[in-house]
Amino acid sequence: MIVEPRRTLVDVIRDDCGLTGTHIGCEHGVCGACTILLDGEPMRSCLMFAVQAHGRSLRTVEGLQQGERLHPMQEAFIRHHGLQCGFCTPGFLMLAVGVLEKRPDLSNEELLDILASNLCRCTGYENIIKAVRAAAASMKAQA
Amino acid sequence: MSVERLEDLPLVTGHGCFVGDVSFQHQLHMRIVRSPLAHGRLKTIEVAAACALPGVSAVWTANDIADLPPIDFREGPNAKLAPFRQPVLAKDYVRYVGEPIAAVFATDPYVAEDASELVSVDIDELHVVVDAFAPPTQFVGALMTEPTICRQGYGNVTAAFKNAAAVVELDLSIGRHSGVPLETRGAIGRYDAARDVLELHGAAKVPHKNRESLARMLGRSTAGIHLYESNVGGGFGVRGEIYPEDILVLVAAIRLGRPVKWLEDRREHMIAANHSRQQRHRIRAAVDGQGHLLAIDDEFFHDQGAYIRTHGTRVADTACGILPGPYRLPHFQANGHFRLTNKTPAATYRSPGRYETNFVREQVMDAIARKLGLSRVEVRRRNLISPEEMPYERPLVALGDEVVLDSGDYEGLLDKALARCDWAKLEADVLRRRSAGEYVGLGLAMYVEKSGLGPTDGVRINVDTDGVIEVITGGASVGQGFETVIAQVCAEMLGVNYRKVRVVHGRTDRIEHGIGAHATRATVMTANATVVAADKVRAKALNVAAQLLQEDASKLTISNGKVVRADGVGAYISLGDIAHHLQPTSSTRGDRNPGLAAEGWFTTAHMTYPYGVQIALVKIDPGTGAIHIEKMLIAFDVGRAINPALVRGQLVGGFAQGLGGALFEEFQYDDRGQPLSVTLADYLIPTANEVPEVDILLAEDAPSKCNPLGIKGAGEGGVAAVGAVIASAVDDALGGKGLISRIPITPQTIKAIIDNVET
Amino acid sequence: MLLAELGPQDGRILAGGQSLVPTMAFRLARPTHLIDINGIAELAALTVTGDVVNIGACVRHAAFDGDTVPGVTGALLRKVVQNIAHYPIRTRGTFCGSVANADPASEWCCVMAALDGVVILRSQRGTRRISAADFCQGVMTTALAEDELVVAAELPMLPEGTLTGFKEFSRRKGDFAIAMALVTHRLESGAIVEPRVAIGGAETHPRRLREVEAVLSGETPNESVFSAAAETAALAIDPMEDVNSTAAYRRRLVQALLQRALDTAA
Repeated sequence: MIVEPRRTLVDVIRDDCGLTGTHIGCEHGVCGACTILLDGEPMRSCLMFAVQAHGRSLRTVEGLQQGERLHPMQEAFIRHHGLQCGFCTPGFLMLAVGVLEKRPDLSNEELLDILASNLCRCTGYENIIKAVRAAAASMKAQA
Repeated sequence: MSVERLEDLPLVTGHGCFVGDVSFQHQLHMRIVRSPLAHGRLKTIEVAAACALPGVSAVWTANDIADLPPIDFREGPNAKLAPFRQPVLAKDYVRYVGEPIAAVFATDPYVAEDASELVSVDIDELHVVVDAFAPPTQFVGALMTEPTICRQGYGNVTAAFKNAAAVVELDLSIGRHSGVPLETRGAIGRYDAARDVLELHGAAKVPHKNRESLARMLGRSTAGIHLYESNVGGGFGVRGEIYPEDILVLVAAIRLGRPVKWLEDRREHMIAANHSRQQRHRIRAAVDGQGHLLAIDDEFFHDQGAYIRTHGTRVADTACGILPGPYRLPHFQANGHFRLTNKTPAATYRSPGRYETNFVREQVMDAIARKLGLSRVEVRRRNLISPEEMPYERPLVALGDEVVLDSGDYEGLLDKALARCDWAKLEADVLRRRSAGEYVGLGLAMYVEKSGLGPTDGVRINVDTDGVIEVITGGASVGQGFETVIAQVCAEMLGVNYRKVRVVHGRTDRIEHGIGAHATRATVMTANATVVAADKVRAKALNVAAQLLQEDASKLTISNGKVVRADGVGAYISLGDIAHHLQPTSSTRGDRNPGLAAEGWFTTAHMTYPYGVQIALVKIDPGTGAIHIEKMLIAFDVGRAINPALVRGQLVGGFAQGLGGALFEEFQYDDRGQPLSVTLADYLIPTANEVPEVDILLAEDAPSKCNPLGIKGAGEGGVAAVGAVIASAVDDALGGKGLISRIPITPQTIKAIIDNVET
Repeated sequence: MLLAELGPQDGRILAGGQSLVPTMAFRLARPTHLIDINGIAELAALTVTGDVVNIGACVRHAAFDGDTVPGVTGALLRKVVQNIAHYPIRTRGTFCGSVANADPASEWCCVMAALDGVVILRSQRGTRRISAADFCQGVMTTALAEDELVVAAELPMLPEGTLTGFKEFSRRKGDFAIAMALVTHRLESGAIVEPRVAIGGAETHPRRLREVEAVLSGETPNESVFSAAAETAALAIDPMEDVNSTAAYRRRLVQALLQRALDTAA
């Protein structure tokens, strides 16, 4: 893929790769809706130029499910009513999956602090926290 | 029942379809050039350089759309307010930073933004008004910046004050803030020349009403314009109104012959999408010696911003009508000065007119308690309207509807709430901790909400030959779980699994009329219409089944999508098969109309009034002035909860927004009208760290008498009284002296109060 | 070399991008060229040699979360890093980028000021070392020349037994701090020696407050000494003022935060 250097990673993911699951909420790195995994680490794709991703491994929300099987995090969000409008959801999913894959034993406090990285305007966070906690347990059990 | 949502699967797998995800071949991208100044005479706009940029198709200014009228009011023409409507593109004057001046159309969004910077504008600066309290000045010609005063009242306020045992007087302000959904606005205009249909994609909230308005504005028949809702990333009242950009993409689609896509960025959203909430109330209340309200006289100043948009004066009118809340009030007078300032125009935001007046009224109640040495609980108890007095008519109008408090046990809910949080123990704890030097306080707020705005809604239900049911509604989804609730209601009536029900919404081409989703009405109205239609479908199914099974219809029921005998004996027939028998060519159809389908309408004379109690325990850090919420309770009556998990989600989500308005969020301006809160770094939306755990007490004690399902709706019940209860709690923590006169409350304000008291 | 050519032509260094890219999205910063240094291995090194911590240009904030830096300095950096923005920012943003950006609320600038850190600049003209105090000059203003790159920052390894305290305040956790206080000191025979007190977020750039250090020096740590120090700090600073924070409020905040940093120093 050849892109203009000034195009951001999130724009290229959405418009050139056609993967519109990653959303743009602010374009200034505050809301976290654009969070993807870059080499396994959650990062804000609006804060990177697409050309910088050359040779790196990217994971977006579309890659969470395996065939028909949902990722435990996705299942947990559904089960615990962790989303309303769904706009912030992909960002939260990738943030949570990325962090828990690296650090499966996060304390509740650490988890809250990490979830405070992203903004949600609908849920008041309560069910997002519940969902992520439940998914953390599932992910550990499945590991 | 709290079933899982039908909406969720595409949303968690990244397959949702928000307007930014929609694209059409050959589309152009629109970028708006916006006024950099808050008030000025627009002299010249140079577009040549922008037009010359490769990739730019056109650059429009007001002259290019001279035939378009200004954006009208949703409720219809209003001669008095008409001169204050917003033009689609500024002509002669600019009145707020962010006002659209020109529109650039280009093949690529980056190029469109490049081109927009090449448009140069010459504006002669004029005097800027940023304070709605300041005396009105000139708007244009002989028109002044106070288009009207919203007045409501009854009784004899003057006499009542004369006879009062005590009077309290407060000057209270609510800061400017708004919904700020996580998805910014967007719209795509597309003209299907083959069918002569103009399409607007990215519609939200009130597609049918907007279709009517747009048709009128553009001189088309409603049959020639259709709106399509995508997934909407949060509405809150702000998203879905008709904005200049919506008009532009439609007109451009026709005139440029290509689909036109527009997405705003966050900074644009903060300065161009509807603001809300900013009011200043100078309120007096008269009471007798026992603390019974005799009269309230409220003079308030509503900061409307630069223009009157689609809601007209609705927010200020509602404020007047709903201010008394759950209390008996023999005499009342409200004068709402509806004032224009050089700021982004304002309109409705979740619980409009109530968030503001709940804060004001509950501060008044606290002040009365203070003045008469009564407890804050007792003063409210003495004034609450009782269930025996209901339906309680107030000679007031809110949301265009007469206020009739239909049902409610206000005192009962108060007692439940007090018991739930063990108020007596909390009070004792607070006293003990205070004597140990802590700044802690309890807050209490009672309120009445409004929902189920009618007058009427209709749905169509059709069962196909596979037994899959489609409910076609004129509703809208802004993320609240509309589809799931309607599916649940339909499924229960038709004896099927709710996952077999597909709910259509936000499509004007699928159903002729619709009420959309606003004023917490979707569940109330559409669900009840669904019941009516489902009832007819059920009756038709049983009628056919009775014939085919050779049974009496009264002995039959539907279970798991099959019509069976109620006693479980004998043959059965699936709904899908019944639909098959009702096909046009079926020999068994008889005289019946084809299709296992029906239409159903629900009409309601009045809105319904859910109500609530909020209690908060806060602690203040005397070193920094920071406010920490230790306990939070929302007790809310919803009449009947179809899906309690969704109701809870609405209340907690609303609470978080209310918290934002109480402590964090504000659209600030400098004295030249330059907006200072244009990013999510300056406009502070609460994060998971700031939102405390919230205890929710859902009460279903007083089902609505206005609809058979008894539903009252919960969309606005969480946010409504948060400003009120937090202010009450912080005030209590600072000694209960009425020192909080403004929300949002900042640590800096708190710190100054604490230090002044100490020094 | 690239920087030598492109720096004067409005070329900028791109490392973490967590500050630069948003300003570009707003079109407030418009570099004609960006030089991406993320791939340069030598710049990613975080090393401890003797009693100096050398932090390469591409070392991320998150690097200070673990045990990479030992001793008292490591503990201090771990304390401080929790306050910087949010997790996904910390995985990308860099220590040196924050220092070069010189936001008044940069925690690392405050650490550099407190510990008398050194900034190492390199250009085609050579390498130079400059003290943090001389490097950070004002709001987003440093001694960095157009053609220079911050290749590393150095911090001293504080002696064993040094106590450190750090407190900051913002409206929401993770926001830019309205004020912050950093203290380090040792105790010899129960008396405070080598106190370092730096205030950040409140003035145009973080700096050590010598007058406050003088109040602490030689004293036994107790309530009244700490109070006196905190009060001195409140008066010693020349706070910034903006629509959200008055100078008076910043003074009171600094007083409270320094008090707490001293109280909790460990």
